[in-house]
Amino acid sequence: MDLGLEATTHENGITVLAVRGEVDVYTAPRLREKLVELVSNGKFDIVVDLEAVDFLDSTGLGVLVGGLKRVRSHDGDLSLVCTQQRILKVFEITGLTKVFTIHDSVDAVLPE
Amino acid sequence: MGAPGVDPVIELEIPARAEYVGLVRLVVSSLATARRTLAEDRIDDLKLAVSEACTNAIEAHADVDVDERVILRWSEADDRLQVQIDDRGPGFDPGQLPEHPPVTDPERLNFERGLGIPLIRTLVDEVAFDPSEWGMSVRLVMFCGPADDLDGAA
Repeated sequence: MDLGLEATTHENGITVLAVRGEVDVYTAPRLREKLVELVSNGKFDIVVDLEAVDFLDSTGLGVLVGGLKRVRSHDGDLSLVCTQQRILKVFEITGLTKVFTIHDSVDAVLPE
Repeated sequence: MGAPGVDPVIELEIPARAEYVGLVRLVVSSLATARRTLAEDRIDDLKLAVSEACTNAIEAHADVDVDERVILRWSEADDRLQVQIDDRGPGFDPGQLPEHPPVTDPERLNFERGLGIPLIRTLVDEVAFDPSEWGMSVRLVMFCGPADDLDGAA
């Protein structure tokens, strides 16, 4: 199972991490490693783009919660881009829509 | 092994390893699409619930270093489908799961785990967590009829 992870840091200092594929118990550790790596490299303002994610389970949610905790300890933030109902639903059921800022598109967080 | 009136149709045994959960999702969504009348978003719900239950089973096996397989049983009745997941883990009491702080509490970020069971409870129409002879048996039920071209075949 393939998990795509592509990080791009923009002029305004925000790093967009585009995730592609299925995030589950098998692939979530790779997402965790990537987030840890970004924070270790001083990237504390991260936007995780979930638009190309086909599936996200509670393990993936946990990794995102852990990522948010990590960047907050550096006064940073981790927000999400997601418009897919099937993915949003997982955040809604668990109440995590109140924890994460969720954008409609990557453009909303990038400089004009 | 199924509930009364629910005939076992298909059994799937998987090695208790994380890389097999994706395969389980494929099998379950294919079965639901082919055999039942179930809307696409409900199939997504079932897929996620089964995935969460399998993940718990696999982690339970790892916790006690058991090399046995996890067994899934797909069964059907006129008004429902059922997926039963049997593991050989140490078992747990679903009523005794630790509660998370409210989502608005900063302490909430200290909890990365424990979301699977609440998700399962919300996603399927009925769920039962029962100790079995060997471990835990989780039954997930979705109310739905057979697919139109399977009438009378279930």
